[in-house]
Amino acid sequence: MSSYSITEATGRQKWVAGVLVIGYALITLMPLLWILATGFKSSPDSIAYPPKVVFEPSLEGYVNLFTTQTRQSAEYLEANPPETWYEEIVHDKGMVIAGPSRFGERFMNSVIIGFGSTFLSVFLGTLAAYAFSRYRIPLKDDLLFFILSTRMMPPIAIAIPIFLMFRTLGLSDTHAGMILLYTAVNLSLSVWLLKGFIDEIPREYEEAALIDGYTRFQAFYKVVLPQAATGIASTAIFCLIFSWNEYAFAVLLTSGTAQTSPPFIPTIIGVGGQDWPAVAAGATIFLVPVMVFTILLRKHLLRGITFGAVRK
Amino acid sequence: MSETVMDRAASATPTKVARRIKGLSDRTIAWIFVAPTVFLLLAVNIFPLIWTIRLSFTNFRANRPNGEVEWIGLRNYQRILTDSDVWLTMQATAHFLFWTIFFQVILGFALAWLINRKFKGNDLWTTIIVFPMMLSPAVVGNFWTFLYQPQIGLFNYVVAFFTGADPASFSMIGEVALAPWAIVIVDTWMWTPFVMLICLAGLRSIPDTIYEAAECDRASKWRQFWTITVPMVLPFLMLAVLFRGIENFKMFDLVVQLTGGGPGNTTTLTSIDLKREAFEKWRTGFSSAYAIILFVTVFGLASIYVKALNKVKER
Repeated sequence: MSSYSITEATGRQKWVAGVLVIGYALITLMPLLWILATGFKSSPDSIAYPPKVVFEPSLEGYVNLFTTQTRQSAEYLEANPPETWYEEIVHDKGMVIAGPSRFGERFMNSVIIGFGSTFLSVFLGTLAAYAFSRYRIPLKDDLLFFILSTRMMPPIAIAIPIFLMFRTLGLSDTHAGMILLYTAVNLSLSVWLLKGFIDEIPREYEEAALIDGYTRFQAFYKVVLPQAATGIASTAIFCLIFSWNEYAFAVLLTSGTAQTSPPFIPTIIGVGGQDWPAVAAGATIFLVPVMVFTILLRKHLLRGITFGAVRK
Repeated sequence: MSETVMDRAASATPTKVARRIKGLSDRTIAWIFVAPTVFLLLAVNIFPLIWTIRLSFTNFRANRPNGEVEWIGLRNYQRILTDSDVWLTMQATAHFLFWTIFFQVILGFALAWLINRKFKGNDLWTTIIVFPMMLSPAVVGNFWTFLYQPQIGLFNYVVAFFTGADPASFSMIGEVALAPWAIVIVDTWMWTPFVMLICLAGLRSIPDTIYEAAECDRASKWRQFWTITVPMVLPFLMLAVLFRGIENFKMFDLVVQLTGGGPGNTTTLTSIDLKREAFEKWRTGFSSAYAIILFVTVFGLASIYVKALNKVKER
């Protein structure tokens, strides 16, 4: 910048600020890098002292994550040489693979429940947000506040009756039950966020469409929806991240068939305590998609985390 | 597209009437659009809430669905408010709330202020700093127990490296004196970026012209900071504190995974205590009353706070 500006920081100020912020970012990144690294360590390396930064990479953690194993006698191992690379890793520890672990299942549960509830909450949220944005609805402000206030309840507080309700309706530990529950929890976010996005679309577009002979409904899905596409996409990602990360309801209301990954990953145990490389491998697979989404979302992050209260 | 009789009739009539014939009226559309959301929220939030209120006056136990249920009036409430253990969990929650907000406000504001110097690549680093906030608290919290291990844990190693202490000599999550701080550290690590992002929005909303005017009046940088920057960012900062306050009052997943409420009851926050009462001791009536007390507390405190926030905004 050639012109002198008093609000622009000087070169030295920028340099100092940059060093401090990058320093903080690197410290903050350490636990995450440690998860990534631990996933590729062998068991002894993962609990070595001093903590190992340089180590020989091993896929033991990932193999343990996806399989269950049993210990076998030396003669048995001798008689059944390993056929694949992952069998070989297990073989070297004196074990054989007994079958797949539950991780794949739990991960799929996270995917099904995450996408199912995201689709529903964005679908219902878009309709409601459009109505709140464009129509005069009696008690509109109260209704909107009511929708937001549902987010203030501690999950454990409503978990008691929901537990009883699900038990009566046969929804305990089912995908449908969890999808319904997460949809309800996400609705407050999706309605508030989407209302903000739709408010920003000029009404003139729809009015022009109406004059052209579109019905209200046609104007909604042929004019408003395409305009709101970015907003809808970022809202969807926020809902997905919430369902993906949710723990309290998942741990209380699911146990077997519909259990998602967050309650499952901490329970991965090996011989004598937690199998940290396997836990870290599971965490890596589970966390990386969210990081990718965060990068995609970076322009709308602020809006998402404040329910649209802060926009820029 | 084939034209139906309806369409033809509609195109021949004036638009206002046409709309009525071709589509549904505005009012009907509005209700069709809003109804499913309101219905689902009533079913999954309000109905359970009313159910909880009802249960809170009984001695019902969910693990004995056929047991005799007695109406015991306000006795559950009485018991909770006079229970010294409940007050201990309230104290643990207050400690957690105060210090997490304290550190997050200071660090978050400082970071935002630095990022607002607009050094090269600040966008990239901002995104990196935001990562912890987006991740699953349960999964990350569980991994932090590994970082906190005496001797082999990375956290202990780093602390020992800088202080010269023996890394095996302290256990962040195993010692009564340290555990309350262990959860504060992880929560601060996770949520500082939240406060940072909101403060950054606040800083960016201040028009340059105000600083230019102050410069013309020869106000010192220090004075500009306290009379322009801080008051202008305050409403944003207060909003961030509101969000963090509500979230941390409900805190469950991260702390349950980190310490499980221990050692002893030192990190048993109210949500964790409530979960034990409701799903381990199965005192459903008692814990329903507990839940209602918590909800009223959050709601009451939040309402008072929002009033204060609006006053600050008006200034």
